[in-house]
Amino acid sequence: MPKITVTVNGTSHTSEVEGRLLLVHYLRDTLHLTGTHVGCDTSSCGACTIHLDGKAVKSCSMLAAQADGSTITTIEGLATGNELHPLQEGFKEEHGLQCGFCTPGMIMCAADLLSHNPNPSEQEIREGLEGNICRCTGYHNIVRAIQYAANKSLVVSE
Amino acid sequence: MSNKFIGKSVKRVEDKRFITGRGRYTDDIVLPGMTYAYILRSPYAHARIKSIDTSAAEAMEGVVTIMTGEEVGHYGVPCGWQVNFKNGDTMKEPPHPLLVKDKVRHVGDAVAMVVAESRELAQDAAEAIIIDYEVLPAVIDASKAVEEGAPLVHEDVPNNICFDWEIGNPKEEVDAAMASASHITTLEFVNQRLAPNAMEPRSYIGQYDSVYDKYTLYTSTQNPHLIRLLMCAFVLGLPEHKVRVVGPDVGGGFGSKIYHYTEEALVTLASKKIGRPVKWTETRSEAFLTDAHGRDHVTKAEMGFDADGKIVGLRIKTFANLGAYLSTFSTAVPTYLHGTLLQGLYTTPKIHLDMTCVFTNTTAVDAYRGAGRPEATYLLERLLDLSALEMGVDPTELRLKNFIPAFDGVTQPGYQTNVALQYDSGNYHGVLQRGLEMLGYEDFRKAQAEAATTNKLLGVGFSTYIEACGIAPSAVVGSLGARAGLYEVGQVRVQPTGKVSVFTGAHSHGQGHETTFAQVVADRLGIPMEDVDIVHGDSDTVAFGMGTYGSRSLAVGGSAIVKSLDKIIEKGAKIAAHKLECSVDDIEFIDGKFTVKGTDKSLGFGDIALTAYVPHVYPANLEPGLDFSSFYDPTNFTYPFGCHIAVVEVDKETGTTKIKRFIAVDDVGNVINPMIVDGQIHGGLAQGIGQALFEGVEYDENGQIINASYMDYTMPRADDFPMFELDRQVTPCPHNPLGVKGAGEAGCIGSTPAVTNAVIDALWSVGHKVKDIRMPLTSERVWRAMQS
Repeated sequence: MPKITVTVNGTSHTSEVEGRLLLVHYLRDTLHLTGTHVGCDTSSCGACTIHLDGKAVKSCSMLAAQADGSTITTIEGLATGNELHPLQEGFKEEHGLQCGFCTPGMIMCAADLLSHNPNPSEQEIREGLEGNICRCTGYHNIVRAIQYAANKSLVVSE
Repeated sequence: MSNKFIGKSVKRVEDKRFITGRGRYTDDIVLPGMTYAYILRSPYAHARIKSIDTSAAEAMEGVVTIMTGEEVGHYGVPCGWQVNFKNGDTMKEPPHPLLVKDKVRHVGDAVAMVVAESRELAQDAAEAIIIDYEVLPAVIDASKAVEEGAPLVHEDVPNNICFDWEIGNPKEEVDAAMASASHITTLEFVNQRLAPNAMEPRSYIGQYDSVYDKYTLYTSTQNPHLIRLLMCAFVLGLPEHKVRVVGPDVGGGFGSKIYHYTEEALVTLASKKIGRPVKWTETRSEAFLTDAHGRDHVTKAEMGFDADGKIVGLRIKTFANLGAYLSTFSTAVPTYLHGTLLQGLYTTPKIHLDMTCVFTNTTAVDAYRGAGRPEATYLLERLLDLSALEMGVDPTELRLKNFIPAFDGVTQPGYQTNVALQYDSGNYHGVLQRGLEMLGYEDFRKAQAEAATTNKLLGVGFSTYIEACGIAPSAVVGSLGARAGLYEVGQVRVQPTGKVSVFTGAHSHGQGHETTFAQVVADRLGIPMEDVDIVHGDSDTVAFGMGTYGSRSLAVGGSAIVKSLDKIIEKGAKIAAHKLECSVDDIEFIDGKFTVKGTDKSLGFGDIALTAYVPHVYPANLEPGLDFSSFYDPTNFTYPFGCHIAVVEVDKETGTTKIKRFIAVDDVGNVINPMIVDGQIHGGLAQGIGQALFEGVEYDENGQIINASYMDYTMPRADDFPMFELDRQVTPCPHNPLGVKGAGEAGCIGSTPAVTNAVIDALWSVGHKVKDIRMPLTSERVWRAMQS
């Protein structure tokens, strides 16, 4: 079995993994980081979105073995201590979640979007969420949550 | 009583665990020694099983046990609602076995379950099971299933008819009314089959503890107690006190997680058999094959008008597809949740629905967000807008002419419909007029006329809907065939320090009960919200409950909590009167204090709570403690209503439809948390618009779903919508203590016909006088309609 070393949320892990093990199952079943979810089997829903070497990826669409040597951030690692990330705060303030199942993927996707485009228009936000499905919110308040985070980050950086 | 929280957009207390990845859904739970199940399913819609050979699979690495219909096929899941034929005969109710041993009846029907040391090993072994099928012809379409010679899904169900049913005025009276009409609008249409698609796939863990002889079932359900009742009493014959059912965090339901599914009983049986926990989690593709679908009606509807534009009659024939087996509430949906809503908001004097409910070789159909009311609303609101186009009158004026006049249900009586229900309170003109103001109707028509000369046509569609929530009372629904009560349970346990634990039988899977219910409790007791904890979802901690569906949680579950709060305050007043040495009639409870009227003598809620548990200075003949449980059984449904307006742009060259604006003015009675209610409406709108434009389960003639994945079934995404424009009118419910009506389904019920109407309106604006385009209104279908 392949042996991999990955840094997840700042902690290094070395594991022997089955060749066919998906990264999402490695995170959930081996590392017990269950905030990353599985909502489909066709890489369509985005519930499994994480950051791999600083970029948002769907962790269901790659093997754990392919992640060897990489640095990963999951939803559990987004906050700084007790201080929520502006997107986490935005989702709470703007009621950007209901059942919460798509939320980790939405937040990780939005974080990637804001890292490239700190002040996106509504249309850019909507297009940026194309790869993530929410069945509860109609996206209305998710867009607002991301606008909230963008505004807050702009204020902080000024 | 205080007024600090009710009516305020309090941020949700449950959010923290979800935004930090600490939610705990069933598939997140890992138990010591846990095994994993994989279910082998039929690839055919209709086939006889000639043999099953599991020997090779049983010998494979990691396999713990394999179960087939031979072992568990005598167990089956029940239907929870009995509907009778028109002639009084009982509906046909064929068994739905946990695993099939003789004949599979839809693609995805369960044949064998492999339990192994890992999910992957279970799946590997399942591939080694050899099943010899004799493939039979399948029937998919409900209206064709009743024809002579159609394949029989169940041999003992003639013509595949589960039951036929009617409601409304006598058929002859409706025929006479229609004969007198000066205009009749006829619409033949399909309300297509939908996949609910809650984002969390269903997941179950069975855990049997031989030391305590106790079972635990973790399940992604909307109603843990109902699952326990059904599984124990009607499926496995287990003693309820030895079975704990836990519904932890659940990732959306929309109806699809109400029902008792076979896999819940299977993991329970398997865990007992092997003495280890057994987890089963479906894949998304499996969800398309096995989670109960929604809608699937084939309808011919006629609406008659007199020369003044008043509706004189409504005559409907519908075939409802129930799928291969009866799901828990499947029989109630096309009947008591659909036929009873055909009065709509209108004074229609004569109504008749002739309904035939049919088995086919498809996935079971049951309640999906709205459950029958979207089908009724689609029928009525399509007919209203189409009639206006056909008669050359304004669709809003046609509605205003036919609306039931406003009534509050307190000083004026409720409105008795011709289809059994009595509406509680309503002001239907108000929501339409507000919607038209928001739209800027006159300006829109000018813009539409200008757009008609371009390639981007504009259309507007209206939908003024009514729905029915909090299905009740138990005695009435029992007389109509319900096999359960429809009350709710709310227990309020005041701790000795005055902190409050509330145990509700409702179950939150996105609705925000932990916040809304706490707002109610905190205000009623005059305490901070953080002093209130809402507990739900565990049959060992919550006394009983009927769960969450039909937008019932606050109207029914909230009312049960209020009943218990009333008892708390009543008992608290007795304790206070004793301590303050006055008559109990002189005590008033305001802002968390029991005060002697007209004095400054008072005791705080915490003082009284402590006294109740340390009863040293205490009334004679009064029990210690401050803990009450109540069952609330409503006297009627609640009836939210509203006006939805869609503005669409249709590309003349491609048929592509874009939602330009969506206006929703909803009246859901009193509102506890406006932010949460708006969120419920947003989500409902997305699903309702999704039905109109994007969604639909498509079967081929062999019974294969050709779009059973998120790659193929079009789900609405963020860039399919504009920001929704919402407003609210408040007509309180007169018959429950909170005056609330329910908001979970309204968005999904009202929005669908508004979108279709808008597209049809756009086409008529340039002379394409089409009556209907089949949903979903894909660009191809709209384009073809413009070529006709």
